[in-house]
Amino acid sequence: MEDKNIKEETNWFARAIDSDIFYSFTRSKLVMVAAFVTFAYFFIALFAPILATQNPFDLGSLDLMDGLTPPAWQEGGSSKFLIGTDDQGRDLLSAIMYGSRISLAVGFTSVFCAALLGISLGLISGYFGGFIDTLIMRIADIQLTFPSILIALLIDGTVSALFPEVRREDSAFWVLVLAISLSFWVQYARTVRSSVLVEKEREYVQAAKLIGLRPFIIMLRHVLPNVLGPVLVIATINLALAIITEATLSFLGVGIPVTQPSLGTLIRIGQDFLFSGEWWITIFPGVALAIIVLSVNLVGDWLRDALNPKLR
Amino acid sequence: MSDTILVKVENLDRLFDVSKPLLNRIIEHEKRQFLRAVDNLSIEIKQGETFALVGESGSGKSTVAKMVVGLLEPTKGRIEIDNLDLSDKNKVKELRQMRSEIQMIFQDPFASLNPRWRVEKIVSEPIIAFNLESENEAIIKRTGELLSLVGLAPSDGRKFPHEFSGGQRQRICIARALASNPKFIVCDEPTSALDVSVQAQILNLMRDLQDKFGLTFLFISHDLSVVRHMANRIGVMYLGRLVEVADTKSLFKNPRHPYTRMLLDAIPDLEMSGKERKPIEGEIPNPINPPTGCTFHPRCPLANERCKREIPASFNIDGNEVTCHAVEEGRS
Repeated sequence: MEDKNIKEETNWFARAIDSDIFYSFTRSKLVMVAAFVTFAYFFIALFAPILATQNPFDLGSLDLMDGLTPPAWQEGGSSKFLIGTDDQGRDLLSAIMYGSRISLAVGFTSVFCAALLGISLGLISGYFGGFIDTLIMRIADIQLTFPSILIALLIDGTVSALFPEVRREDSAFWVLVLAISLSFWVQYARTVRSSVLVEKEREYVQAAKLIGLRPFIIMLRHVLPNVLGPVLVIATINLALAIITEATLSFLGVGIPVTQPSLGTLIRIGQDFLFSGEWWITIFPGVALAIIVLSVNLVGDWLRDALNPKLR
Repeated sequence: MSDTILVKVENLDRLFDVSKPLLNRIIEHEKRQFLRAVDNLSIEIKQGETFALVGESGSGKSTVAKMVVGLLEPTKGRIEIDNLDLSDKNKVKELRQMRSEIQMIFQDPFASLNPRWRVEKIVSEPIIAFNLESENEAIIKRTGELLSLVGLAPSDGRKFPHEFSGGQRQRICIARALASNPKFIVCDEPTSALDVSVQAQILNLMRDLQDKFGLTFLFISHDLSVVRHMANRIGVMYLGRLVEVADTKSLFKNPRHPYTRMLLDAIPDLEMSGKERKPIEGEIPNPINPPTGCTFHPRCPLANERCKREIPASFNIDGNEVTCHAVEEGRS
């Protein structure tokens, strides 16, 4: 008996392989492909400086003469630029790698910030109730009436008005993160609050109160771990949403500037040339964006179903 | 059992605010509404005895339990444990010490253990919270002892709560309650979620532990046969008020209050004496709008005009504390 327990303890990898979630993972080829694509993307984005043939952010290395080169298989294409270049002579493949890097970084950071803010406020709101609860939830309601694009414009304007000396290139990333997390936190706060309302009436929380633990400790040690399941699912699906929002904002010109193009910025650049026949500048970043969002979404959907005991 | 009084509850009141939100009240011209869950309740529990509170759902038993352990603040009245007033803000340090001497066993063993914690962590939490042991090894040893004490193996500590049955979980809850060396344990319907066969095991375990450690129990239940097995004295609650308090023997042999009789008539008769079982008539009224006078009068076979007007006071008859006009006047 004792030995068996210790074995279970040490071999966490075997336990993970044996778990229900892993089983449901292996049951669906679609999810496996989606997960593979997602991880491949993360890998490419992470190692872009090694994998890419050119640094598209380094304006000095660009040659305007290479501008608007079509993909390699088309007439006038060059084997140096596999899927063509944009108007500045950037290699599109490298630009997409670097662009995904920015898109993913914005996505992850804003999802993290939104989750942190939302979980904290949801915990406080649900656990203490009363006036604090009403206040936080009304702020959340008001928050929901502002689209994230409006918030981004607002913050962008405020930042450039307050700190005229800050360069757009430096502030753009954090403006985006702030805008996206400010519009996403509500979802976390509401989900966490409703779970907390259920969990705090549970008797194990009462038992913890009984031994005189402080509310903060009870929230962190007892309540929080038991409400994190749904948060994980929201975070995954929100990652895809955050990437799309980033692309939308960049496409509209509020996001990442042209000197450090993200996927959305690349699509915007290409849009100017779409009708003069240079289709590749818009299409390839667009396809890249669609694939990453679709894969992350598929993984998120699967996770939601896999973690829902009623669907098992 | 000694004659020292361990727990003293005096004129306890508890109101719950059940008003509609402010905006609704302003527009609909409604006043604030309060639910009186506990109404002027006084009990005394002696060291080492088991005092049971019985009553239908909604009679306020659990509210009393929560107030006695300090999970709810009383609206009015005092609770004294070991001559220490629980609401005394000047004695924070003593009260903190006191907390370790009061523990609670809950009704639902499936909700009372944190599902993500191993049993050893659950049981050792009070030990660490009250600083009873400081060294890691001593904590592990003590946790093992507690688990063996309630009839589990020390190695069960490595498991998670979902690996246990309802009865075993209730044993874990008891182990946790014992971890801080309490004097006084409040049991809020500890067996109502269990199978009948397991109920008996848990009740016997609790009695054994009571003998071993000289524990005092406040035992909340709606099951009179369980109460008969466990309690020394019984208080019958109706709509937040205590209607009869008596020794277990005299209560079962000679119930005075019409409500107590009604409850006893509904118990299945194991001796098969041919006595007819009478189902309980009517339902407990809405506590937001309780009946005037004696709250039991709409269901009482003995009620008269006085019962509708006057709230009865408690008086002693052959050792039973009874709160009833009919018994007082000898109409029963």
